Amino acid sequence: MNAPDAIVVGAGIVGSACAWRLAHRGLRVTLVDNGRPGATAAGMGHLVCMDDNPAELALTTWSLALWRDILPRLPDDCAWRDCGTLWLAQRPDEMEQALRKRQRLADFQVRSEPLSAAALTAREPALGNGLAGGLWVPGDGILYAPKVARWFIEQAGERLTHITGEVVTLEEPRVLLRDGRRLQAPVILLACADGANALLEEQWLRIKKGQLAITDRYPPRLNHQLVELGYGASAHAATGKSVAFNLQPRPTGQLLIGSSREYDNRDPRLDPDLLAAMLRRACDFLPWLGELNLIRCWSGFRSASPDGQPLLGPHPHRPGVWLALGHEGLGVTTAPGTAWLLADLIAGNATDIDAAPWLASRLNQQEVNP
Amino acid sequence: MDELRCDIAILGAGPAGLAAALGAAASGRKVTLLDDNPVPGGQIWRDGPGVSLPKTARKLRAAVSENPNIRVLNGARFIACPQPRTLQYERGHDSGILHWRRLILCCGARELQLPFPGWTLPGVTGAGGLQALLKQGLSVAGERIVIAGSGPLLLATAASVRQAGGKVVAIIEQTPLHRALKFGAGLWRWPEKVRQLVGLADYRWRPASQVSAALGDDRLTAVRIRHAGGERELTCDRLATGYGLIPNIEPALLFGCPLTGTAIAVDDYQQTGIPDIFAAGECTGVGGSELALAEGTIAGYAAAGDVARARSGFARRERWRRFARAAESAFTLTPQLGEICTPESLLCRCEEVATGAIGDAPDWYNAKMQHRCGMGACQGRICGAAARWLWGWPLSVPREPLSPTRIDTLANTPPPDNSE
Amino acid sequence: MTQTISLTIDGVAITVVDGTSVAAALSLTSFPAARLSISGQPRPPFCGMGVCQECRITIDGRRRLACQTPCRAGMRVEREAELRSEKHG
Repeated sequence: MNAPDAIVVGAGIVGSACAWRLAHRGLRVTLVDNGRPGATAAGMGHLVCMDDNPAELALTTWSLALWRDILPRLPDDCAWRDCGTLWLAQRPDEMEQALRKRQRLADFQVRSEPLSAAALTAREPALGNGLAGGLWVPGDGILYAPKVARWFIEQAGERLTHITGEVVTLEEPRVLLRDGRRLQAPVILLACADGANALLEEQWLRIKKGQLAITDRYPPRLNHQLVELGYGASAHAATGKSVAFNLQPRPTGQLLIGSSREYDNRDPRLDPDLLAAMLRRACDFLPWLGELNLIRCWSGFRSASPDGQPLLGPHPHRPGVWLALGHEGLGVTTAPGTAWLLADLIAGNATDIDAAPWLASRLNQQEVNP
Repeated sequence: MDELRCDIAILGAGPAGLAAALGAAASGRKVTLLDDNPVPGGQIWRDGPGVSLPKTARKLRAAVSENPNIRVLNGARFIACPQPRTLQYERGHDSGILHWRRLILCCGARELQLPFPGWTLPGVTGAGGLQALLKQGLSVAGERIVIAGSGPLLLATAASVRQAGGKVVAIIEQTPLHRALKFGAGLWRWPEKVRQLVGLADYRWRPASQVSAALGDDRLTAVRIRHAGGERELTCDRLATGYGLIPNIEPALLFGCPLTGTAIAVDDYQQTGIPDIFAAGECTGVGGSELALAEGTIAGYAAAGDVARARSGFARRERWRRFARAAESAFTLTPQLGEICTPESLLCRCEEVATGAIGDAPDWYNAKMQHRCGMGACQGRICGAAARWLWGWPLSVPREPLSPTRIDTLANTPPPDNSE
Repeated sequence: MTQTISLTIDGVAITVVDGTSVAAALSLTSFPAARLSISGQPRPPFCGMGVCQECRITIDGRRRLACQTPCRAGMRVEREAELRSEKHG
């Protein structure tokens, strides 16, 4: 085998998208994956415009635009649905939050529409009458990420070689696999979530455990992804356990119910208390859920950087090492933006969005200037 | 949600569970039997309209119901273990948590089903499935019925069909005649079994044969039979298939109990590899009700700490273990059965995943993630076992809930109990 | 003397012997299927012992297994609308 131009470590949605993009740019890519389930397998698979800060909004908006070119080409089993998101306000004061969110989205030319309580029930009748209103973001969607990751790999064609192996040592330009194989390339891109900590001998990534539950198949009752407006508060809580309501009607007729967050717990077993809290939260919004049967619950691990934003771009002081890490819950949404950004940075091209907010060098600066 | 406590919890009220309950309660321990079925007895002694249970079954059931130390929770499905030493269950419109000090797994066995063309047609059921449905009140009077697969259960199903007024067209047994004869010749060591099998003998029994397809448009009208390289069709109204029994190990996997082969590993005292968890009956290896009773009794005494009485059951258990080994080797499945599982046969009935569709998957995990195999309501209980037989993929550790459970039940799981 | 009880399946009254399961009662209707598969094929009870989940059906408003549920007087058993219209319409 000729030495590749790039090695991508990790074949989740982010690594697969990066490998695909690099192969399309003409690089010969070797994609190495340990074969163990990661966040792509465990996550909900949402394409959602997030606006917690302008950089995140720029990245998600751009990624969603890139997705719109990709989505129509996906096979049916990738389960893409153009369902949009309804952000739900339980209390009247949360409607102010919805309006601020609308303004931020509008600044990035993202369409959204505030809904009164009546307009919300008209749009999603199964929500009932208990809510104060909401914000409709029609451009969001859902998909089945493990299939999409596989599609990226298949679409990359002959320039991409996909191997199963566990990278245990990074000595750029080489990586060493547990089975003794060595690979070498001028570009080594790490998309292996918190697995990168050991390879880089850093502690840049923490894990946030999440739990999900899915129902049996039922006749369709909901048409939109539902998220509570308080989601951000839970998503950014830095300690403890938290839950926030997030629900997707899957194309199968199943309802996928989230979400929960817990820092630094690596135990894959279910936390029944947290699951119960998550389900009670869901029933707050949809009281009729209680009668439905769940057929499966599972846990997964998001990986988060110290400031909660992804690390994208060159390693601060190790030439040849590139990072696509710390996407937390937004790996699926931002996979194309990540792939395009990395491919441009690696090629030395101008980037379509500002790369500065994502560079890992910010972590060192934070250490110097606390 | 109820919160109940007991010294010894027993999961499953078939022969092993009933015997274990009596053994454990004899030492004064408070016992709770948790069982999924409407009444105690397991599958072999499933009760229903018109069923006349054997004397052993009636005696055991009566003894259990009269014993003040034994509480029976029927129709209660084990769904999760939310805290150490608990069983969470759902029961009709209710749910509960059972706290235990010791647990005896008596989860029994289920039928192995191998996919073949047409096996999802109305009219096709499991062999044990048909027997269970007959006991539940299903009427088959006047229907022509083919029974196929492997093992003595086919004969028992045929007897039930005859008793219910159905016509057994053929009993299609995969094992060759010489193996069955060898088994029959050795049966003198277990006279009880000779009497049973003589009662079940049926001239329509066809060894070295397989059903290769179920035929019909919107319901079964005929089956295709393979024998000695030839094929023929038999007209029928029903087909009942079963390729022997496989131990139900999912609860044991959840508790982390080590396995031996496809069964729960136990020591002489029926203790699993996990402290305070015992197992007895067919979940520790398929062997019939006599073996299950012997093991259950030992497990009950052992879990209650009565070592002497537990030991007194060893000889009886050994006698029936020898029978189990003889039956197992007589009905070993021929690898040729893999051929009837054509690429278009549905492997996963729930998600309708064809066997051929997952041909490139290297393991169960990929079959699931990339092809949705085992993602449906049965959680791979049927297709996972078939895939294990076809490709050697081990059953995966199940996820909670172990079977479909109402959201209300899991939303109301009580917080951890710190009272002890 | 054998006791009988009455229940409804898809709104149609039916009388069964006490102890009969909902799965067995389904076979007394014009079509024994409990539900439709994801491609629309009718699926009656299969394993008869609570494993395969083929016979899940709405009983008194909740989705349960027909084979593990004994019939009770006044019970309401309902199949999916598509299955009903296919067989009765």
